[in-house]
Amino acid sequence: MRRHAPGTESRTAQVLLIGLALTFLAFFLMLPLVAVFSEALKQGVRPFLDAVTNPDAFSAIRLTLIIAAISVPLNMVFGLAASWAITKFSFPGKNLLLTLIDLPFSVSPVVSGLIFVLLFGAQGLLGPWLSAHGVKIIFAVPGIILATVFITFPFVARELIPLMMEQGKDDEEAALSLGANGWQTFWHVTLPNIRWGLLYGVLLCNARAMGEFGAVSVVSGHIRGETNTMPLHVEILYNEYDFVGAFAVASLLAALALVTLVLKSVLEWRFDLHSGASH
Amino acid sequence: MIRVQNITKRFGNYPALHGIDLEIQPGEFIALLGPSGSGKTTLLRIIAGLEFQDEGHVYFDGQDVSDIPVGKRNVGFVFQQYALFRHMTVADNIAFGLSVRKARLRPAKAEIKERAQELLRVVQLEGLGDRYPGQLSGGQRQRVALARALAIEPSLLLLDEPFGALDAKVRKDLRRWLRDLHKQMGLTSIFVTHDQEEALELADRVVVMDHGRIDQIGTPEQVYMEPATAFVSHFVGETNRLPDGRHIRPHDIEIVTAASGRGEGQLLVDNVFRKGGAWRVEGRLHGSETIVEIDVDAHEPPPGIGQTVAIAARRARTFALAEEA
Repeated sequence: MRRHAPGTESRTAQVLLIGLALTFLAFFLMLPLVAVFSEALKQGVRPFLDAVTNPDAFSAIRLTLIIAAISVPLNMVFGLAASWAITKFSFPGKNLLLTLIDLPFSVSPVVSGLIFVLLFGAQGLLGPWLSAHGVKIIFAVPGIILATVFITFPFVARELIPLMMEQGKDDEEAALSLGANGWQTFWHVTLPNIRWGLLYGVLLCNARAMGEFGAVSVVSGHIRGETNTMPLHVEILYNEYDFVGAFAVASLLAALALVTLVLKSVLEWRFDLHSGASH
Repeated sequence: MIRVQNITKRFGNYPALHGIDLEIQPGEFIALLGPSGSGKTTLLRIIAGLEFQDEGHVYFDGQDVSDIPVGKRNVGFVFQQYALFRHMTVADNIAFGLSVRKARLRPAKAEIKERAQELLRVVQLEGLGDRYPGQLSGGQRQRVALARALAIEPSLLLLDEPFGALDAKVRKDLRRWLRDLHKQMGLTSIFVTHDQEEALELADRVVVMDHGRIDQIGTPEQVYMEPATAFVSHFVGETNRLPDGRHIRPHDIEIVTAASGRGEGQLLVDNVFRKGGAWRVEGRLHGSETIVEIDVDAHEPPPGIGQTVAIAARRARTFALAEEA
């Protein structure tokens, strides 16, 4: 029998494995992506543009952007705070916090949405008090924002915690020993150390914030022109057999995913370059 | 003067320090020497204000600084892994402590720049101010870390295993250089090390620690020649422990002729090799499995392997049994 150095498989095994991976990618990723764009442009550019610029579509795009613009910065701050607390301090309940951060990943998005309905809905725990004070959360924009923030919470923290753990707290202690205050330490030392990881986490967070369907669907109420986000709008159009419209809006979301992936690759490349230079 | 009084610290259930007392005179160069887990780094961090004691006090010149955070104690701290800010140039790293000062205490930009250049000269890294830490060697990074700590004109310099991450040759050069620098500046300094050679070479006084307690405080000469406990005797320098309870340094055992009648025991020689300027003879004591190491003057012919020789102690120590544990 021929022997191989560890990590080098035989030629056949290599070809087989690569072929398998490529076939899988082609069927489950490339094909659907191509399908989305070809369906959207099936009847030409004109119907595509009409579908995208239609007032309801326009309002869905606008709402999606607003939701992302609010929930992503919030989660950037929350994620930073959580990662900072977990990696730079030791306190009772740290492991519990670490587990809680993962909760949105482990709970079905529909359940996450329902939690907010149960809390803030008309029949919910706080519903009567809220409606008495004229505050509308469920079937309104605040509910969508809450659900989105909840769903996308782990992205920034998950990206930063391993990075900050690896970096330890020597740099921060050095800054403090040199007389820097907390804010100066964060701004001049911590933030530059984690900037690429942070940007990467924000990017993933943004992609999910714009693409979230399940939780948002439960709390939104699907009011056209008011509480419809892009993913919800796609579903409505599809259910109405407006395939060109559905795929046109879907292709925008898919394009967003592609942009995110490209940016992510660029960042990873810069990240490697950066950490490579410092060792 | 630095005074550490009855410092106790535990991490969870793990007791790191028990009732540490220590006084350090101005201008002294002190080594905290001990194996890992002895509490030496924890003590250094408590003196710095990076860690806080559960009990006890730290005084700087009579002022109780026990609750004052590191940034207000005016100490320079050099980290084992340097902890240089990797996205800043060397000059910016050195200037950091001055740049973050409150506006009314901050020197002018040009002055800060001048000060950084001056420190680069002190640590012999002139011309490297525009480099990034990632572009420097380990020894150079360590000197940048030192310059950065000195920039704030600290009243106390603390170094955590300052040469731990360097290779042997660089370590030796840097050690000599640091000793000269300390002589020039006269800055009170404390460094942590697990390397007894380093401690004996650099320090005015050595504080030997084990299991969160101080076993001995003394000059390198005292610690080596008059070890207070069995632990110190074995940790600082090499020591043979004989079955009869005596502790003897390898160079305090001599090989004697049977005719002299001075032989205290018989040694079966297992190995002979050159160690520096002496022969190192290893063997087993007759009638036991105790391994004994002896240094024999390199000018004398060493015994042959397999030979049995008579040995005698020139100087031996015994310690109270309680300390043997």
